[in-house]
Amino acid sequence: MKRVLLALLALINGLRRRKERIEAHEEAEREAPPIVPPGPPASRRAELAVAGLLFAAAVFAVGFMVVYAVGSIGSRTQLFGIALGGAFALLSAALITAAKHLVVEEEVEELYPEPESPEEQAAIAEIVEESGSRLTRKKLLITAGGVAGTAVGLAAITPALSLGPLLDTDELRDTPWRRGLRLIGEDGKPMFADQVEEETFYTAFPEHADHDLIGSPVVVVRLPPAQLKLPPERAQWAPLGIVAFSKICTHAGCAIALYRKPTFAPTQPRPALVCPCHYSTFDPATGGDVIFGPAGRALPQLPLVVGGDGVLRAGGNFSGQVGPSYGTVRSRRPT
Amino acid sequence: MRRRALVLAAIALAAAAPAAVAQSPGGIVRPGNERALTPIQLGAALYAGNCATCHGIAGHGIYSPQARAGVGDVHGEGPSLRDAGAQAADFYLRTGYMPLPRPGDQPKRSRVLFSEREVRALIAYVASLGTGPEVPVPHPEQGSLSEGLRLFTQHCAGCHQVVAQGGVVTGARVPPLKDATPVQIAEAVRIGPYLMPRFSERDITPAQLDSLVRYVLLTQHPPDRGGWGIGNIGPFPEGMVTWLLATFVLIATCMVIGRRLRS
Repeated sequence: MKRVLLALLALINGLRRRKERIEAHEEAEREAPPIVPPGPPASRRAELAVAGLLFAAAVFAVGFMVVYAVGSIGSRTQLFGIALGGAFALLSAALITAAKHLVVEEEVEELYPEPESPEEQAAIAEIVEESGSRLTRKKLLITAGGVAGTAVGLAAITPALSLGPLLDTDELRDTPWRRGLRLIGEDGKPMFADQVEEETFYTAFPEHADHDLIGSPVVVVRLPPAQLKLPPERAQWAPLGIVAFSKICTHAGCAIALYRKPTFAPTQPRPALVCPCHYSTFDPATGGDVIFGPAGRALPQLPLVVGGDGVLRAGGNFSGQVGPSYGTVRSRRPT
Repeated sequence: MRRRALVLAAIALAAAAPAAVAQSPGGIVRPGNERALTPIQLGAALYAGNCATCHGIAGHGIYSPQARAGVGDVHGEGPSLRDAGAQAADFYLRTGYMPLPRPGDQPKRSRVLFSEREVRALIAYVASLGTGPEVPVPHPEQGSLSEGLRLFTQHCAGCHQVVAQGGVVTGARVPPLKDATPVQIAEAVRIGPYLMPRFSERDITPAQLDSLVRYVLLTQHPPDRGGWGIGNIGPFPEGMVTWLLATFVLIATCMVIGRRLRS
């Protein structure tokens, strides 16, 4: 009770003093007018609001410390967020209110100074005008500058030509696969034909080659030979029903990481290699034809042979260009 | 020979029919004297009543989409269970994938309609049909979580998403794994239900499988700090969502603070 009374007294005292300050302010204004008029005194409500917001921000900040110190409180993450976020929000609200209502604002225009010596400036302008140009072969210099600029510009964009369809793009078509190269599994061991099982899929690389080359990885699946419907010229490409395709999707170059394997083919969609990025779906039985999705061309197939040691070997290079489609590579969708 | 087998099958079905009369509300056909049967008898009776329509007599499978005349009411179609083994039977029965309302539907997780004794009897019966694999016993506590995340990203996340919430692939829905038990995860990896490829022990070793199971169990109970988790897909999406929402707040704040230029 006593404390409340004291607080009330302090408040009344503060209000009286405030009144005195306002009076003093007005008095001072009358006595010596300042350069910039100070404007009307700030409204009491705005001052109180700013003070209140600042105190509230302090309360939230203290709350953060309390939550931090007391480990047994539940949902601490949320309370941390509310306390710290609330403190900052209240602080910024206080600053905004102060800026809007308490800070004196006045726009004062300041004129450019007058030119100091107009006669001398005019004289210099006249000298420059009358002195003329030193150049006698102006056209030649402009031409030479133009030629140099054009040549340097062309030189800068020349490397881009190697991307274009007009010049040699063999480097892009090149893959590490050669006839007779063994298929190496992800475990680094040669892939034996009789170890390749149906209903699952494998990733393989050419031996001795960089795995990171776009033409390196192939996805290997085994289908019942009766299910294969390869084009006639690829009839020998699938020994024991094992087929291999580039693992790089022809749409955007993602890895073909999914194999759709029907448990019971008569009632479920047929086996398919699927790219997880945009669900381009390729039919391994027909030589990698697109059966769904945005890919524009078939998955390049790698011909396979089984060596005398039972290891799968490449029978040549891919049936088409490996990698994502662009420009002229993208052909019409096979139907 | 074939005709004779069909006749035999018809006789077998007819013999099973008197026992399989009580059709329960759940659609399960149960023998009337269930308590009196030995587990293997019970399994055979339940198989005849609930599975043989699609999977054929003694698990031979039915491969023709047309109804076959003279084989009772056998008109569905389903794969052979000769070498499915206890592993597949345990998976399909305990997840409620089977029995399937219509052959050709994608099986989905549902309430198990068989009692525990019936499930065990059916598993034993299907296992007795051929030489299938046993029910695997994963040991997730021996697995490594980081290895599990790596393997899951490599083999599973393409369809199931990295947080194992499932999704859609061409031709199928991908189930979320939130209710999968360790044994079911291990079984699914080895079986490859529906369109999922199966992974042999060469693809995923038993030790790797333990890690994989451990990771999937983590996704079922991810470390949760509360609030809006956005599917627990990580701090980057959370930050993106926060910025998306914060942008509006920031623009509104700018409009409060700022003032139009007087022209």
